[in-house]
Amino acid sequence: MTFKYNNVYINSTGTVIGPYEAKGPFSKLYDKKYNDFYFGAKTWEQAETKSIKDVVDITLAKINKQPSEINLHLGGDLLNQLVANNYAAALIKIPFLGIYSACATSTAGLIIASNHIEAKQINNAIITVSSHNNSAEKQFRYPVEYGGPKRKTTTFTSTGATCAYLSSEKGDIKIESGTIGKVVDMGIKDVYHMGAVMAPAAAEVIYTHLKETKREADYYDLILTGDLGKYGKTILQEYLKTAYNLELSNYEDAACIIYNKNQPVYAGASGAACLPLVAYTHVFDLMKRKELKRVLLVATGALMSQSTVSQKLTLPSIAHAVSVEVNE
Amino acid sequence: MNQSKYQTIVKRNTPKEDIAKNALIAFFSGGVMGVIAQGLMFVFQEYLSLSIKESSTLMIVTLIFIGCLLTCLGFFDKIVHKLRCGLIIPITGFAHSMQSAALEYRKEGFVTGIGANMLKLGGAVIIYGVVSAYIFGLIRFIIFGGI
Repeated sequence: MTFKYNNVYINSTGTVIGPYEAKGPFSKLYDKKYNDFYFGAKTWEQAETKSIKDVVDITLAKINKQPSEINLHLGGDLLNQLVANNYAAALIKIPFLGIYSACATSTAGLIIASNHIEAKQINNAIITVSSHNNSAEKQFRYPVEYGGPKRKTTTFTSTGATCAYLSSEKGDIKIESGTIGKVVDMGIKDVYHMGAVMAPAAAEVIYTHLKETKREADYYDLILTGDLGKYGKTILQEYLKTAYNLELSNYEDAACIIYNKNQPVYAGASGAACLPLVAYTHVFDLMKRKELKRVLLVATGALMSQSTVSQKLTLPSIAHAVSVEVNE
Repeated sequence: MNQSKYQTIVKRNTPKEDIAKNALIAFFSGGVMGVIAQGLMFVFQEYLSLSIKESSTLMIVTLIFIGCLLTCLGFFDKIVHKLRCGLIIPITGFAHSMQSAALEYRKEGFVTGIGANMLKLGGAVIIYGVVSAYIFGLIRFIIFGGI
């Protein structure tokens, strides 16, 4: 399902990151950095909430807005019951909808907010998306200090909070269209190979988006997937080639570029914040300098819980695509 | 695309794990652990005049203490990353699994946090250790008459 937008703009964004991202190549582009995983809070969960509060303050300060002027707050993260965003929303006090598409939450939020703005139901909205390496590892994997040997295909949850302010007022970056993806289950059960779990969902939504907008892949200066990692990236390319004879020329994966090559992150990054951290900094900067004009953001998420993993069920995945372009 | 066709694509794009290399590292690091343990026992027997049984208990306690200390100081996971399973399989790994879980859940209270989660990783080892000890004890009793 593809929606077309004529009057939706991203007027402001904010990013807050943790220690690993600060050692990555885009270090200087982020708005705020923390040197440890606690961010001055008592627990990792509270740290994640704090980072969301921080990032909303930063984003609104850039455009001189108060929370009372915002119509809608959409937010999501990876923690059970979306606690990081729920607790942050209690501090921010804007009408709030919690949304969950795992690591595809960022683009899901952009699509929902854009629909409301395009329909003139609201004037503006903010979307907050966060992930935190330690709170996510604690929930989905082993205790953080355990550090048992991991497989090469394992991905490393990124730590960060991101916020985007959307409105119908003209800005540099325009949201041009968005495609809601279908849940795909290709029978993968390996929870340490998230790239393989999510690549088909990304491939399907890219194909659907191009078909429904009647575009070729090279229409976009960059197609950026969220967190497939280095092996998921090649799986996606081979999937599109085999299934639809589609070759992506301008393709990159945020998970593969957010960290430096020498950082100990196995196959790359993961986490809901991964795509927006790269998109709102590196990609939007290139767009503002007109080095990129049209970009397709494809966030990808795996939709399992600890119980379904223990029950050895297959891992379903989702991806949503958002097309952003330079407003000329 | 059907699932089996997709799985061949996944297989083609998935790197092989360095099983031989990891096993070799674990073999040597585990072996070094064994040498250290034997050295400790030797020291305890020679200089503290303890029996073999007493010195082996003291050796285990010493290793558990060092393992837990390194976990708390945040080094153990980094050493494991280098030395692979050579440190996870011996008693140090068991202590580390409990200590790391305890650290992780300490903010959630003594009962609901530490108490309920400390054996999250190590609990299975205890349960199946006891069960298999029972089974093999029974087999030994039936075949060898308990000798």
